[in-house]
Order: sequence, then structure tokens, then C-alpha cells
Amino acid sequence: MTEPLVCVRDLRIGATTDSGRKVEIIKGVSFDIAPGEIVALIGESGSGKTTIALSLMGHARPGCAIHGGTIRLGRHDVTGMTERQRAALRGTEVSYIPQSAAAAFNPSKRIMDQVVEITSIHNLMPRAKAEAKARELFRALALPDPDTIGSRYPHQVSGGQLQRLSAAMALIGDPQLVIFDEPTTALDVTTQIEVLRAFRSVMGQGNMAGVYVSHDLAVVAQIADRIIVLRGGVVQEEGTTEQILTAPAHAYTRQLLDAFEPVPHVAAPKTGAQARPILQVDNLCAGYGAIRNGEPAAKILQNVSFRLERGRNLGVIGESGSGKSTLARAIAGILPAYRGNIQLDGAELKPDLAQRSKDQLRRAQIVFQLADTALNPAQSIETILGRPLTFYHGMKGAKRAARVAQLLDMVHLPNALRHRLPSELSGGQKQRVNLARALAADPELILCDEITSALDTVVAAAILDLLKELQRELNLSYMFISHDLSTVEAICDDVLVMLKGRVVEALPAARMSAEAVHPYSRLLISSIPKLDTGWLKGLEQDPELIALFARR
Amino acid sequence: MLRSATTWLLVGQRFGIAAITLVIVSFAVFFATELLPGDVAEILLGQAATPEAVAGLRTAMGLDEPAIWRFLSWLAGLASGDLGMSYVNNVSIADMLSGRLANSLRLAGIVTLVCVPVALFLGIASAMWRGSVLDRLVSMLTISVISVPEFMVATLAVLIFAVWLGWLPALSYGVDVDSWGAMLRAYAMPVITLSFVVAAQMIRMTRAAVIETINTPYVEMALLKGASRTRMVLRHALPNALGPIANAVALSLSYLVGGVIIVETVFNYPGVAKLMVDAVSTRDLPLIQSCAMIFCFSYLLLITIADMIAILSNPRLRR
Repeated sequence: MTEPLVCVRDLRIGATTDSGRKVEIIKGVSFDIAPGEIVALIGESGSGKTTIALSLMGHARPGCAIHGGTIRLGRHDVTGMTERQRAALRGTEVSYIPQSAAAAFNPSKRIMDQVVEITSIHNLMPRAKAEAKARELFRALALPDPDTIGSRYPHQVSGGQLQRLSAAMALIGDPQLVIFDEPTTALDVTTQIEVLRAFRSVMGQGNMAGVYVSHDLAVVAQIADRIIVLRGGVVQEEGTTEQILTAPAHAYTRQLLDAFEPVPHVAAPKTGAQARPILQVDNLCAGYGAIRNGEPAAKILQNVSFRLERGRNLGVIGESGSGKSTLARAIAGILPAYRGNIQLDGAELKPDLAQRSKDQLRRAQIVFQLADTALNPAQSIETILGRPLTFYHGMKGAKRAARVAQLLDMVHLPNALRHRLPSELSGGQKQRVNLARALAADPELILCDEITSALDTVVAAAILDLLKELQRELNLSYMFISHDLSTVEAICDDVLVMLKGRVVEALPAARMSAEAVHPYSRLLISSIPKLDTGWLKGLEQDPELIALFARR
Repeated sequence: MLRSATTWLLVGQRFGIAAITLVIVSFAVFFATELLPGDVAEILLGQAATPEAVAGLRTAMGLDEPAIWRFLSWLAGLASGDLGMSYVNNVSIADMLSGRLANSLRLAGIVTLVCVPVALFLGIASAMWRGSVLDRLVSMLTISVISVPEFMVATLAVLIFAVWLGWLPALSYGVDVDSWGAMLRAYAMPVITLSFVVAAQMIRMTRAAVIETINTPYVEMALLKGASRTRMVLRHALPNALGPIANAVALSLSYLVGGVIIVETVFNYPGVAKLMVDAVSTRDLPLIQSCAMIFCFSYLLLITIADMIAILSNPRLRR
């Protein structure tokens, strides 16, 4: 067997919290990477996967420090090096592709300057040669206008292009090891495919080894040779990709795989066409910016119409910028629609929130994506839940306290949490509180705006189960906005596919994969990664469709 | 680097906003001075004045015309460079101001030349080696300097350098400044005192602005490309911190024209701030107004320049 390129033994990394407490976040991790092999580090947030990946470059984020163990990279002992020696390693032996290229490119410098910077830091080659090499890489990564794209600023290219440019930036120094830190998490699915393909092809040519950090098993299945499953800074399971996907040995790995394929939703029975829908929207138009002649400068939503029957759930899917969140904001009245009609249970809703009656406000509630920003960090959970109780129902004192306890019970949180601040809860708990706040109003309709997107798969699956349970008990209707088709399939009866502010197709969720006709819906559905190592290789998409709809 | 037409439009807009602000400020200045207690005519004529004499003087000075009319004619005068005549000694205000303004600007200029490079260097250096001995020392010094009132610094400086050691003259003005050495000696103490106050603020703001950009993902990315600390800060963090730094510097410098009354008093330095305080005690309204307008103008000018630097240093704003 050949000598491994990377050899990590009993790695321990500690962190000091803001309050000065010392915690160990990596608890004795060991693994090897062979030359040319791509190893994936899989785990949820807080599992330590990024921390381990960065430690391979000899870097620990502020507050963290490598406490023990050894990391060997080629001939170098990374743990025993001085900072200056490590700096000489970075970019030449091991390089990094960040999670968000949009944030990792310096906004005030041109792209080419940043891509070739490694060569000038380490004096690898003259500038002209470096630029020629960069253009070659741009071509290999299938970037448009490879000869001129370098002279642009980062804000002038799309997210998917930036992510590929960051790969060019990492590869310019011919490293032996490339670290991919969730490089496609922030991208839309149709964009993700192209980026993954580009990564695969350049990694295949250069015989470089890679570490691919991700929480998404399906993405990892397309690119990794071996998978290491992490949880709480400890390796749970290690094996080839095939082995992990088909015959997981550890219970946690099975849990991750199960969360990936949620129980299909049993569609609620259709009520007669005569029944009054809980929400009916006709030709809704909304937008942002200065209003001239009754129309805003930037028109986002255009003639959106649908009806949502009581007790059923409507999914709204689309990629970033498709107008799905704007739709929720327009229905909630936060962003008044400039044209069109919204009816809640047969009664017309005024476009502007301020002109709606308190009862109308009570009946339709919205839950936002990020509980972190939606919950006031200075208020206790009891105060947060108590406010809508007082506002809508005039509850006070013991009655209010009793109702808060009930609400917490409904979302399966212990009553003892009521005195805590949002910052003292986990992500999943915060999202439950966020949901409980909407429930406090006793609503009939809840607009859920990407409420599971920021959560880990296992936690998100539990939130979906909770939503279904609440629906059975309280006869709620959900409008569920998401960019994730499997989430929508798991909870919705009907689906709207949105593109550029318009509804391109409306169809039942259960038959979505089979029956979607609109080319964009087909493209979107075919772009969802599958838990199958051959999926990306075998995937064929019509290039004309891609040119038409995907913003790569 | 090529700047597109939209950039210049943005810059022009900023100047337009500054001009409008100046007009609004002039309105506020005029009517605020109107609210000052006491009547110029009564003060000029002293306690023994008869009501008839006071009324006569008021008419002669045009004080009984409606305020809005006087405001407009004052504004028209300002626009054409005519600042009016002093109520008290009937001298053209332009003449009274010109010498004083030159003094103030000279002092401000010297302080700027001394302060800005030192402050930027210390601010950037302490951000670069955050938590080091240098950073802690600079932090401690700036906090103690900010906490000590400037009259204290000025008085102590006079006590030590002029009275005990006798190295420097206690008064800055009136001494012969024919040689470089003499000038250095004359300006040393006011410049040191002012630098203390102004630089401390600049250092702290610069440090904060640079640290904020150091904590961004693109600076971490530079680190992961193998860049040295110096390169990380100077090439990646600093260009993006330019806007906030320019603003901090402008805010500190704007203090140098109007806010230096204590230093001018302690060192008996004849600048604009002292002139204004004198004008208040004699109710010399045109002089007060002119001084106030000068302060506002210099403030607006500095802030607008800072805004301009922020716009030109940000490629996202010059599409």
C-alpha cells in the first residue's frame, strides 16, 4: 500500500467560549488520506467537520487551538510547525475552497488579482504566466468568458461562477490536497450541478487529494471515495462511499440516511370545489422600490394566482430570487401588493398590514426562516410567547402563564424553558419557539418561509413531524415555502413551482416527480442530488433548458 | 482606474446634499442667534441709554425689519462673499475673520500633519497585532488620554514645559516666529495638547474599523492562501476599511476648527473659536453667525470628502 498523503492521529482541538469556559470540540480523531483520494467529512453543525478540515492547513479559528495529536501532510509535520512555516504550506501544498465564495472574495479587488495571489505570495511564477494558467483553469472549470472574467469585481459575477472561481484560486498553486468546505451549500440546485461537475473534472485530472466537508450525503455521494461520519467531535463511522450508503453500520449514520428520505405525505382529501378556500390569491403583483404610477420600480411577483383549501398544505418551490419569500410577505401584508386580490376564508384582505382587522391578522400567521433573528434576543421565551397572547386574546397573569405552558407543550418543549433567553436554546428549539409564537394567535393559516432550511437534516425532519401533528390537532393549513423539494414532498398536498416571480406550474405534490410538464419544473426536479454514487455521472440535462432557466 | 459616469453622479449628488445641508444650517444658525437673550442696541449704548436712543439705533441698524427679510439679505450677502459689518466696532467681518481663520487653519493643519500619520499607524498596528503588548499599551494610553479633559493636559503642559523646565514659551502668539526653531517652539504645546485629544479618537476608530474587516471571511481566505499578517491587513483588510477610517478621521479633524476654544484660551492663541466666544459676550450677531457658518462649512467639507473616499474605494458603489 502506498504511503498516505495525510495522516491524522488522535487530533484534539479545544475552544475557549466567550465566558472563558474551556471545551474540547475535537476529541481524538484519527484518519488517513491516500494521494488522489477524496474523503468526505459528514456531520451536522457542531460536529467539528470544518474545524478538522481547517486544522489540516494548520489553522484554528480565533478562540480555538490544537491541543494534542499529530497531523502529517506529505513530509511535513503540521502540528509541530511555526506559523511562518505553515503559511509557506498554504496555497502550495494544501489549499482551501470556502463555503461562501461570495464572502471569501475581497469585494474591493479584481478577481484575477485574487486568483493569482497565491503565486505572488509564494513566488511560484511570473505574473503573466500565472494569469495564463488562471485562464486555463477558468476554461477547465467551464466558466463563461474565461479571458475577461478575471478583470471583473466579485459582485459582478454570479454565485455559482464565484464558487468555481474560488476553485481556480485554490488550484493555481498545484496543491496536493484541496479542502472543500461545504462549497455548494449556498447554491441553488441547478447551479450546484454545474459546480460539482467542474470540481469532479478538475480533481480527476490533477491527481490531487481532497477533503470534502458537507452535511449533505447526496452531494458527497457524487464526489467522494470515502466518507467519515462525525458527531460531537468524534468519528462515528468510516468507510467507502458505497458502503456507507448501502450498508451503514452505525445507528447515527442510519439516522442521517433516514432523514434524507422522509415518509411520504398522505394527501388530505380534497373538499368539494364549492367549499370556501382558506386562502385565495388572484393575479397578485408585488415589488420593491419607489412607486411610480402605482407600480414599484422593481416588480417581483407577477400575476400569481392560487387557492389553498382548508386543512390542506401548499408548497411553494423555486430557486433564490424566484419571488417565493416575496409571495409570503405580500400575503402577510408586510410588503403590500400593488395589484391583485387576496381572500382569507372568503373575506378580502387589504394589501397593507395596517389596514387589516386584528382578527384577520390573528387568523394568518407567518413563521420566518431564521429563528435567530426573528426572536428578540433580550426577551425570555415566556415574554416572546406572551406578547401575542395579550395582543390577540387580552390574556394576562395566571391565564397567560398557563397558555404559554400549553404552547410549549404543543411544540414538545419542556415548560422549564420559559425563563430562558433565545440564545440559550439550540437551533431546533428556537425554531419550535418561533412556531409556538405563531400558534399563540390561534391561527387557521400559517405561512412557513423556509423554516427548516437552516436546520440539520435530523432536526428538520423532527420539525416536519411536529407540523403534521399540529395540523391534525388544530386543523391548520400551511403555505410552505422551500427550495428543497424533498421537504415539500414530505408535507404538502399541492405544489406551486415559481420562476422569476411567476407561477410556472401547479400540481399535486405526490405526483410532482412523475407528472411535472413545464421544462423548468423538470429541470429543477432532475437537479436534486440522489443518494446514488452514479447519479451525477449518469445525469443528462438538456443544455438548451439550462441556458434558458439556470442562472449559472 | 476608470470611474464610470454613475460614480461621478453619486459624487455630485453627495456635493448637492452638502450644499442643501449648508442652507438649512444657515437658517438654523441665523434663527438660533436671534434667540440669544439681550438686545444689541441696549448693550452697545450701555445702562444709561434712553429708550428713544435704543429705538433709534435699532432702526439705524435695521434690527426692526422682519427676521426673515434680514435672513434672506444675510444669506444673499454670504453667497456673494459679503459677511457684513460687525455691530460692535463697525469693522468688516471678513477683515476680522481672515487673520483669525488663517491662524486656526495653520494650527489645524500642523496638528493634522502630525496626528493623522501617527494615528493611522498606531491604529492599524494595534489591530494587526491585536492583544499584543503594543495593542494593550496603545489601548491604555488612548483611554487615559480620552478620559483626561484637555484643559488639564494644556495646563499641565504649561506648568511642566514653560514654568518648571522653561523650554517652551507659555504663550504661542506674539513670540517671533522668524526661524523654524522658534516656530516649532511656539506651536509645540498647543499641537501636543490637540494631538492628544484628536489622535486618541482616531486611533480607536481606526483600530475598530480594521479589526472588523480582519474578521471577515475574505481576510481568513487570504490567511489560508498563505499570506503573511502584514499582507493580510494591508492588502485585504485596509482597502475595505478605508471608508470608516476616512469618516473617523474627518470627525476628529472637524473638531480642530471650532472645538478648540480651551486650547486657544490657555495658550492665548488668537483663533476663530476664541473670536466667536468674544462675539457672544458682545452680542455681535453677524460675527457669531459667520463663525458658526465657518465651523459648519469645515465640518461638512470634511464629512463630504470622507464620503467621497468611501464611495471611490468601494467598487460596488461605482458600477
